[in-house]
Amino acid sequence: MAEQNPKFISIEGISRRYPKREGGVTTIFEDLWLQVARGEFVCIIGHSGCGKTSVLNILSGLEAPTDGAVIVDGQAIEGPSLDRAVIFQGHALLPWKSVMGNVAYAVSSRWRRAGKAEVEERARRFIDLVGLKGSEMKKPAELSGGMRQRVGIARALSIEPKILLMDEPFSALDALTRGTLQDEVRRICTRTGQTVVMITHDVDEAIYLADKIVLMTNGPEAQIAEVVENPLPKDRARDSVHRAADYYPLRNHLVDFLVSRSRTFRDDKPAGYDPRHPPVVRIGTGAPAADIAPAPALAAGAP
Amino acid sequence: MKSLGVRAGILSVVLFFAFCLVWQIAVTPSASSGPALDPEYAKLMGITTAGAQSAMPGPVEVAGKLWDALKDPFYDNGPNDKGLGLQLAYSIGRVAIGYGLAVLVAVPLGFLIGMSALAYRALDPFIQVLKPISPLAWMPLALYTIKDSNLSAIFVIFICSVWPMLLNTAFGVGAVRKEWLNVARTLEVGPWRRAFTVILPAAAPTILTGMRISIGIAWLVIVAAEMLVGGTGIGYFVWNEWNNLSIANVIVGILMIGVVGMVLDLILARLQRRVTFPE
Repeated sequence: MAEQNPKFISIEGISRRYPKREGGVTTIFEDLWLQVARGEFVCIIGHSGCGKTSVLNILSGLEAPTDGAVIVDGQAIEGPSLDRAVIFQGHALLPWKSVMGNVAYAVSSRWRRAGKAEVEERARRFIDLVGLKGSEMKKPAELSGGMRQRVGIARALSIEPKILLMDEPFSALDALTRGTLQDEVRRICTRTGQTVVMITHDVDEAIYLADKIVLMTNGPEAQIAEVVENPLPKDRARDSVHRAADYYPLRNHLVDFLVSRSRTFRDDKPAGYDPRHPPVVRIGTGAPAADIAPAPALAAGAP
Repeated sequence: MKSLGVRAGILSVVLFFAFCLVWQIAVTPSASSGPALDPEYAKLMGITTAGAQSAMPGPVEVAGKLWDALKDPFYDNGPNDKGLGLQLAYSIGRVAIGYGLAVLVAVPLGFLIGMSALAYRALDPFIQVLKPISPLAWMPLALYTIKDSNLSAIFVIFICSVWPMLLNTAFGVGAVRKEWLNVARTLEVGPWRRAFTVILPAAAPTILTGMRISIGIAWLVIVAAEMLVGGTGIGYFVWNEWNNLSIANVIVGILMIGVVGMVLDLILARLQRRVTFPE
């Protein structure tokens, strides 16, 4: 399914610069190129300040890139669109509306002519989907953090977006709640073949959820260091994923990147690094674990 | 041990009666006090009783007057003698019109100012200068231009209640959380729908705070304005009773000003609670 349109989302040389107060410009990131296929789950991982959130905001259309463009399904992004739903870091529910009101607000924005009953019926379906049946009339303040984020997920999914964008959606939650919500998101997204771009700084979250993990170097002037393909089976489950042979090599590779290479990458680029085609790395595939630790590109090349 | 509410209520009643008792003692004439007046002189001064009765009424007398006023609040025996309820109705009517007009102007205008950082900054100096002007200072200007004392009073109410609402609306609208606006943007919500479904509910608590401040000021100002323009209203009533040297009626008027002010504030507080959302 991924092969039919490898450029469903095509990030083409975007950069983000801010004028500095004392003159000059700060470059948050520059010359980012990335392709995401339809139905793929992509996690972008990197330290704070590398511009991950800016990348996501550009994908959602809330921010415009200083240079470059993003093309989704053959169309350049020009501002926010109902085709791309966002799950915000801080859930961003409207606190004066009930759970039903929040989801129905999105539904009625998507289908403006739909009648009240139709809107509520649809909203109820997505509230049920995230397991909030019975809490429809509660206000966000009456819900726990995890339940609020569930409403955020229901609201995003209810408009049936082409792309789901998530900005560290679980970072404010405790570990147990985070785990359950990751399970829910994975269940829903694999079932519907949802294309997802998610920002995270949690390595385990990325391994569990993503098909591809995009590694960003530290800002300013952040770059995409490489794209790591997740070798774990598609039908991985939380209780067994850490026993897969490729799990620790992959995890070590990611942690190594975050701990040291994200900092040193800029001055120590692998030969032939081309920001237009960041190396695609596939960890594991039978290689002995010891060899892989700071693996350079095993399968570098154009996608 | 009774609940805090009950205990506070009991204490309030005790304090009230203690206050009345002190009041009564203070105004009760004592036989020995005061130099004996020449009866002729006393007569000239309007002090008719031999026992040197103070002009300050006691609580019992005030309660009697209050009862009289409440028994028949809407009688009208000409310009100098109208029922207390009627006078209050005039005042409330003026406040309602002036305040209502102020809401109609301040809330939409504040909305526009709050939406535009440019407008906010450009208009801020004017608002800051106009806001601290005592509303009564406008009175001569109003009388000269409007040439109608009743309309001038309404104008003064308008001008004093417009500023807190304008500023609070602009501030509330300007301070709407960006993430809520972003939600509306990602849902491609149009500007009108966004104004009514996101910005207005988000700013409503702040707007209502401004409205509550304004109604308090308006009720303070109407009394003073009516003392100036005269004719009708609770402010005129108080001043008129002073001219009649009926201190008891002045106290009744003061009491009613307090009660009505409290009721107005309670109404706005109720509205405010209704639009406030917990986060």
